[in-house]
Amino acid sequence: MKKLKSTWYNMVGVLTLIAVLAGAALGYVNEMTKGPIEQIKAQQLADGIKAVLNADQVKVEEPNVIPNSDGKTETVIYRTDKGVAVKAQDANGFGGTLTVLVGFDDKGSIQGYQVLESSETPGLGAKASFWFQKGEKGDIIGKNPAQNKLEVSKDGGEIDAITASTITSRAFLRAVNLAYSVISNNNEDAQSGASPQHHDGKEANNE
Amino acid sequence: MNGIIKENPTFVLLLGMCPTLGTTSSALNGMSMGLATMAVLVFSNLIISLIKNFIPDMVRIPCFIVVIASLVTILQMCLQAYAPDVYASLGLFIPLIVVNCIILGRAEAFAAKNGPVSSIFDGLGMGLGFTMALTLLGAMREFLGTGCVFSLRVFPEEYGALAFVLAPGAFIALGYLIAIVNRLRGV
Repeated sequence: MKKLKSTWYNMVGVLTLIAVLAGAALGYVNEMTKGPIEQIKAQQLADGIKAVLNADQVKVEEPNVIPNSDGKTETVIYRTDKGVAVKAQDANGFGGTLTVLVGFDDKGSIQGYQVLESSETPGLGAKASFWFQKGEKGDIIGKNPAQNKLEVSKDGGEIDAITASTITSRAFLRAVNLAYSVISNNNEDAQSGASPQHHDGKEANNE
Repeated sequence: MNGIIKENPTFVLLLGMCPTLGTTSSALNGMSMGLATMAVLVFSNLIISLIKNFIPDMVRIPCFIVVIASLVTILQMCLQAYAPDVYASLGLFIPLIVVNCIILGRAEAFAAKNGPVSSIFDGLGMGLGFTMALTLLGAMREFLGTGCVFSLRVFPEEYGALAFVLAPGAFIALGYLIAIVNRLRGV
């Protein structure tokens, strides 16, 4: 077959046709994958909440979303019957934004944590996913940000930073402290009745 | 099938350096990136070889880019939906496959002049070469940097040279690999 000539009509026509077909294909795949993607995200979050609160089953209330002052990141509070899980972000990790999920009990002690999203260096900062767990070198489990100074030892705190990844460690601990300060502020709001976002009785059953 | 050694896109043609240096911090990451690129390459070669006669010469590059970008976006959505772990480890680098010059290069140099079947094989060959190169580089960096290969420990971590996991190590490791490949090719 002979090749189409580069006339104005041919060029515009072909390019438009290809763009329309590509758009249709993208729309179709988007429609097809939207469900599974949301399911996976919800599943990961639900698993994360259970893991950081050390519970097999939790009842999660409607989340509270609190935007941070920088306008880019946000903090989300998930109140449950077993404690509070907070998704907190810090924008200044070594590889960009670091998102962690931290579980607190009623007194504010850390029950567990999970790194949800990060772009930290594999083999270095990416160790954050286990470095601060129970029994590891930078153990933060059971500590309470109100009583323990959760900063790296280089900055006068009591947590050992990940070897050669001080920036990641600082970002991680900032996110944990932020999570704690957000729930303690939010608690005061809730008690004085000033929080418009607090939903009582609306429970998403999550087992 | 020239792509595997003789015209290996990474070691010989030196194409696609951005994902090569960026994603090879471990053998597994390198391999996933290589396979993702190969999938896009095979399909873009196939589609472009099928539609090449309908595309006027003067607008061929925009047409190729639209095809490639759509394929990459489809791949990204599929990975996100069906292989979330791979998606999490490659994340940012998947959209960058669009601007990987291997893909546009093969579309322009091969698929636009050849039939669908040979284009698929060209995509497979180049893709395999790219995957091998990335896996090798990733394995070398992971081994020297952390003492593991595919996360299996070979020697204790304390003896690893951290630099190899970071960007400078990527350049050094790539340089040595290119030297070795050139020697083997008898250049």
